[in-house]
This record gives sequence, structure tokens and C-alpha cells, in this order.
Amino acid sequence: MSDESGFGVQQDSEEWALTLYVAGQTPKSLAAYANLKKICEQYLSGRYQIEVVDLLTNPQLAKQDQILAIPTLVRKAPAPIRKVIGDLSNTEKAVAGMAIEVG
Amino acid sequence: MAVLGSEPVRTKELEKAPTGIDGFDEITNGGLPKGRPSLVCGSAGCGKTLFSMEFLVRGATEFGEPGVFVAFEETEQDLHKNVASLGFDLADLEQQDLLRVDHIHVERSEIEETGEYDLEGLFIRLGFAIDSIGAKRVVLDTIETLFSGLSNPAILRSELRRLFYWLKEKGVTAVITGERGEGQLTRQGLEEYVSDCVILLDHRVIDQVSTRRLRVVKYRGSVHGTNEYPFLIDRDGFSVLPVTTMGLHHGTSNERVSSGVASLDEMLGGEGYFRGSSVLLSGTAGTGKSSLSAHFADATCRRGERCLYFAFEESQAQIVRNMRSIGLDLQPWIDQGLLTIIANRPMHYGLEMHLATMQRLILKSNPSAVIIDPVTNLNAVGSEGDVNAMLVRLVDLLKNKGITGLFVSLNTGGSYHESTEIGMSSLMDTWLLVRDIELGGERNRGMYVLKSRGMNHSNQIREFLITSKGIQLQDVYLGPEGVLTGSMRLAQQERERDAQAQAREELERRRALAEQRRKALQAQILALQAEIETEESELVRTELMEQRRLERLASARDQMALSRSKSTRSNGRESGSGETK
Repeated sequence: MSDESGFGVQQDSEEWALTLYVAGQTPKSLAAYANLKKICEQYLSGRYQIEVVDLLTNPQLAKQDQILAIPTLVRKAPAPIRKVIGDLSNTEKAVAGMAIEVG
Repeated sequence: MAVLGSEPVRTKELEKAPTGIDGFDEITNGGLPKGRPSLVCGSAGCGKTLFSMEFLVRGATEFGEPGVFVAFEETEQDLHKNVASLGFDLADLEQQDLLRVDHIHVERSEIEETGEYDLEGLFIRLGFAIDSIGAKRVVLDTIETLFSGLSNPAILRSELRRLFYWLKEKGVTAVITGERGEGQLTRQGLEEYVSDCVILLDHRVIDQVSTRRLRVVKYRGSVHGTNEYPFLIDRDGFSVLPVTTMGLHHGTSNERVSSGVASLDEMLGGEGYFRGSSVLLSGTAGTGKSSLSAHFADATCRRGERCLYFAFEESQAQIVRNMRSIGLDLQPWIDQGLLTIIANRPMHYGLEMHLATMQRLILKSNPSAVIIDPVTNLNAVGSEGDVNAMLVRLVDLLKNKGITGLFVSLNTGGSYHESTEIGMSSLMDTWLLVRDIELGGERNRGMYVLKSRGMNHSNQIREFLITSKGIQLQDVYLGPEGVLTGSMRLAQQERERDAQAQAREELERRRALAEQRRKALQAQILALQAEIETEESELVRTELMEQRRLERLASARDQMALSRSKSTRSNGRESGSGETK
């Protein structure tokens, strides 16, 4: 899975840095990525960055970033750090978990 | 979703991984099931974390098996600090790649769940930690924390099941800890998943005294002790006391050891106690039990042997001072390291802890005699049954090691007869009873040997005197009203001395009389003998005279005949008729 970044017009000064932790290309991981992408496009268009970390290739990051469940989405910026686990299929909960202000 | 690099390792049945925890390997016949997960459960503060940490540390340092500790509750820093007080240096072990500590932080408020997930992250972390040091042992402490951190129990359960299976496939010996739950061993019923070996730790407080116990609830495919074993956690770590596994298999000795009081040795068949036997010394307050104990300690040290003295009533300094007053100086033995006095209040800690410390000290210093003064004080921290059970184990330990044990039992007023407060008399080989005898306005001490297995012992009551030169046993006097002691005994002794003196005088008198008579008779004999001699010499003289007379007569006749024959020529007839006569 390749890293993907999205750049858009900065409507807000806030730049969102999101990391999605997965372990191989499992259906859940793929679903999570797709769901995440959808949410970001909808709410954070143009001001988000998604980094995908495959723990199978970087297992040491699991400890470093305190990852337990797969898939886990970590909002690294803006502070504070927030975590959402699961395939993000419930958009409402995912948006709430990421603390995206829905205008 | 298999973890790369993991190879299923099949292990033989019944192969065990020694924990290195004192006593635990004995009750489980070798340790935890190798290559399988075991469950260690118990309520908060019962020592689960320490048990599992020691399992890892000993595995790494003693059995060459590196380990991974996954902490769900404590951070690495906290763990390091907490076990440092028990002598484990985790940082050092981590540096040597013998140990990995991984703190998994789960906080529900920080995590939002949406949709499907699994715990692959945990598997990867664990797998990475295991592979990075080639770990053979894994601890998950306490995995149930996940249930409070994550809200989907169905996912958790299936993931845990998968985790335990995965651990088995990895071939690591795992310890999973779990909090004690209502009506089941763990809150989340982990025992359903980990069914090979389940160990229950318990921490009870009875009468404000805490006791820790361990029980092997289940051990598939292995024999194990089923009792509740007391254990303790001290600065040497965790130790289980498998003393209940001891049986009556100890050897016996015919060797005798002195009780320290010569006259008491005499009562015990002339030689004292059997080495390795258990001696009960019971009596009411102030009957000299401690003094007798001190004598025994002194005698033991005098032989150059070590003695352990557990005192529950007096401090070491007090014992030494008090014994000096009866002419016993214990200080040199203490200085030489032969005598160790351990003074503690019974309430200091629980019964099991007492037993544990005693056992530890006994095994460490390997004495030839152990004195407990008094065992009855342990009643303060345990019920009669508990104290009795503890003593059985202690007696077994002492007998197994061939150590002579002297147990002092303090009987409270009125019950100084043939029963002890804690029903321990049947455990004992020799039972000495010290009792006071109130008579004639005095209180004196009497002592007798109630029983002494395997020896010909005295059945007499002796008066027990504590003098400035130590203990002495006196024969008691039996008067018309019973046993006489103290001043009544002295009076009786006086009377008997008088009577003896009188008898002696009478004898003297008779002897003198007899002598006089003998002398008189001898004089008579002499006189009679003199008479006999006179008679005899008279007789001899008379015989001599008679002989001489006869000789003279004969010679006169011859001369007459001669003169007659000269005259024959003139008177022939006369001479003829004279010759025919």
C-alpha cells in the first residue's frame, strides 16, 4: 500500500495529519482506507495528509505508536492526538472520533 | 493474517519450563507447561505481577530463556521501580537482550471504535518483541484490561482465543494473569481459553493478619500438589512453601543430645533427647520454660553446633541478660555465630509468614537445634487449627533435616494438665511438663517427663530449682500429705537428717559395747589358755617324774638281783624257788 497525500486549497490554517495503521492488505484495511478517504474528501478536502503504515513491514512502530487494534487511525495533527479503531464504516462515529467539526 | 516468520513449534507433552520460583517447581513437578499458556489469577494485590515477573527474570538469568513482559496496567518505568525493590534489575536484562517490557496503553476515552477491527497490532508487537530477542517466555499482565479499554467483547473474545492459540503455535511458555471475578476464576472467564494450567493466588486477611496462598487449580496432563500453599513475597522475591508435601519419611537417629541439664538428662534415660526429635515443654507462666530452653541452646552451642532461637516474648538483649542471672552466658555463642536469636512479636506478620521466615532461616543456616518460645503465642495470629497445621509442617521440616526441635508451650492458668492449648502433644516425641506446686504457703516448681518415645524415662516428679548456677532438679519428698517441696522439703530433710544422726549414735554406742565385750572375752580366753598351759606343763613334769621313778626302780632291782646271785652258793633252794616266779 502506497502513501498517499492530498493537497487542496487551505480553507483553514489547520493541516490534518492522519496515519492509518494496517497489517497487510486485508479487507478491513482496504475498507478503512476507502472510508477514510471518503470522509476526508467530504470534510477536510484539501487540508489533509494520509500516511499508511503497514506494521508487517515496520513492526517496531506498533510499540512506538501504541497500536493495538488493526486498523487504527491516528490523528497526529491537529493536537491532541486521537485514535479511531475499526474500518471506519460508521461515518458518523468516525467523524466524531476524529473530532472533525462538521460545519 | 498470519504473522511472518512465526513457525509452529510442537512441544512434547509434559515438558515443563522451570519457573525458578522457590517451591513452585516442587509442587508442580517441574514448573509450568512448556510451550503453553498458563493462567495465573487472583484478586488485586495478590502478587500476580510479581509471580510472572519472577518467572521471566529467573527464566532469563537461570534457564537461558529470554522473555517478553507485556504490561497492560503498569508503565515500563513503574514496573522497573516496583520490581527493583525485589532485587530485579530489568534495565540490565533489557540491555542484555534477555528481556523486553512492552507497556500497552489502552484508554477507552482516547479511542473511538467504528466498525470491524482486530488485535493484529498486539500480535505484531508481541511477535516483534519475541523475535527480536528469541524469547521463550511471555507474560501478559493483565490482558483483561483490554475488556475495559475496548467495547466490543465479542471481538476481544475471539481475538484472545486466537492469541492463545498463536502463543501455543509460537511455542512460547506464556503466563496470562487475570483478575479474580465473581463466581469464576477471572472476570472475563479467561480460564475457558487457557485450560492447561490454572494457578490461583489468594490474599486473605483474617483477624487483621494477611496470608498469601497459592493453589494449582488445574494442571492438565501432570500431577501436582492440590493443597493451598502459603507463599510470601519478600526482598528475595516470591517463594512458595511446599512444606505440606513432606511426609513421614524422615530417618531417625539413635544419637542423643544433652538437654543442657544433667539431672534432666538422667531422667531421660541418662542421655538426653534423641537428635532430631521434637520436644514439647509445657507449663504455666513463670515455671522456668525459657530457662530450660536457654540451657538447651547453651548445650547445643557448647557442642559447636548451631542453634536457632525464635523468641516471641523477649528481645535478644533481654534473654541474654536474664539468662546471665542464672549463670548462663549466651553472648559468646551469639558472637561466635552459633546462636541466632530471632525475636519477633507474633502479630508482626501472619502465621504463614512466620512459618515461611522460619523455614527460610532454617534452610539457610542449617542449625542442629531450633527453639520456639513459645509456640502458643502464635494463637494470636491464627486459629488453633491453623497453628496446629503450621506446627505439623514445621515439625516435618525439622525431622526431615534431623534438627532437634524444642517447642515451648505456655499454658494458661488451670489447664496445666495433660493437654496443650493447640493440641500439639501428639506431634511430639518427648513431652516435659513444668508445673507449680502450691504447698505450705509456697509456690515451687515441679517437673516430670510425661512421655518420651523410644527411651526409658523416669516417671518421677522432680523439684525444679532455678539457681544462680542454672537449673537443678531435686528429688521431691513424698510425705503423708503428698509431695513436699520448698521449705517443707527442707524441713523434712532436716527431720530425716536428725533421725539419721540418732541412728548413727545408737550404732556407735552398740559398736563400743560390742568392742568391750569382745575385749573381756578375749581376756578370759587368754586366762584360760594360760591355765591350759599350766595344766599341761604340770602334766609333763609329773610324767617325767614318774619315768624317773620307774627308771630308778628298775636300776634298784638290778642291783638287788646282782647281790642275790653272789649268795646262791650258800643257799641254792631259795635261789631256785625265786627264779621260778
